[in-house]
Amino acid sequence: MTLLNVISALFLLAGAGFCLAGTVGVLRFPDVYCRLHALTKVDNLGLGLVVVGLALEAGSWATALKLFLVWFFVLISSAFTCQLIARAALRRGVGAWGGSRES
Amino acid sequence: MMDALLDGGLALSLPFLAWLVLHTEALSQAVVLFVAMGLMSALAWARLEAPDIALVEAAVGTGLTGALLMHTLSWTEETAPEAHTRATRWVWDILAASALTGVLGWAVLALPADSLGLGPEVTARLADSGVEHPVTAVLLNFRGYDTLLEIAVLLVAALGARAVNPRTERPSLETEDDPLTGELFRMMTPAVLLLAGYLVWVGAHGPGGAFQAGAILAGGGVVAILTTRLGTPRMSSRRVRWALLMGPLLFVAVAVAPLFRGGRLLEFPPHLAGTLIFVVELALTVTITLVLLMFFPGVRPPKVEREGTP
Repeated sequence: MTLLNVISALFLLAGAGFCLAGTVGVLRFPDVYCRLHALTKVDNLGLGLVVVGLALEAGSWATALKLFLVWFFVLISSAFTCQLIARAALRRGVGAWGGSRES
Repeated sequence: MMDALLDGGLALSLPFLAWLVLHTEALSQAVVLFVAMGLMSALAWARLEAPDIALVEAAVGTGLTGALLMHTLSWTEETAPEAHTRATRWVWDILAASALTGVLGWAVLALPADSLGLGPEVTARLADSGVEHPVTAVLLNFRGYDTLLEIAVLLVAALGARAVNPRTERPSLETEDDPLTGELFRMMTPAVLLLAGYLVWVGAHGPGGAFQAGAILAGGGVVAILTTRLGTPRMSSRRVRWALLMGPLLFVAVAVAPLFRGGRLLEFPPHLAGTLIFVVELALTVTITLVLLMFFPGVRPPKVEREGTP
């Protein structure tokens, strides 16, 4: 257990926590736009933290760079798909949540 | 310990997801669950140290098939399934499934206990094959005949897909001028091409090859069909036909060439084997890409009036 291991584990745990929070958001949020928000933003941060944690353990710059490339492509694709899904929902007339919690 | 947990979770999640796919009420949920199941099975193949199969499963079994299912879903009017029609035949389903499981189990148990299969023989002759990866050596040299026939089958499948849905021969005009999706396609194209090229090249040394590269390229092609004005490749165009025939024709040429020099069919001269296999794989990649793209229809078919529906 070196200091590097500890830092890496902290990053991994933080990433897992953010991913979990994103999933809870997807399951609990009231409308499609809020869910997309949780799914894309929080999960991207969670994945980024996991990638940092794994890159610290990777042992070589090449592997670390590949890991960051994975993250980069996920960021791009999730930004695009989020926008596309939200636009499709808007065009179908799915309204945003008005803020009244139904019991 | 962690490995055992991971493997146990995978092994349990696969049948559970399969059961969910069959038992969800909504078609759209079933499609999403099917994609999730495909990802899990790709992970399972990776854990079983079969990266080739994992790659194909992720690209074809999950990516392309998922896209096809989603596309088909947009043509259906989803109605809630009638519960009572499903619950009548389950006794026979269970009997049939048990019989199949029994036969498969018996077949596995009947295998000789400590047989190594053909693995050692392949490893022993790997040096003669012209490549360094046993899977590629088997597919394109030792059992090249099988791959040759597979490509012919794929061609027939593409013809069949076009025969079933000939209306997709028109280029689709549904996409509008959309800066966003066009931009996504432009950003994706270099990465997809690079990855496919790398997969063809790496096939000689490790997991990869024509099928994997073709699947990746076809995935990029599906995005192109959906986001640009390209439309699906048309069977009526001469260029598409030649590209489709490129892989099989080149493969047949390479297979027949030794006959003129007194050799046997598909007998690669050892000093040329590596080069020949690479060229054949490149040509096959083009064919496989187009065949997989041909499965993806571009235009909504016209509504079919069923009997009995108003």
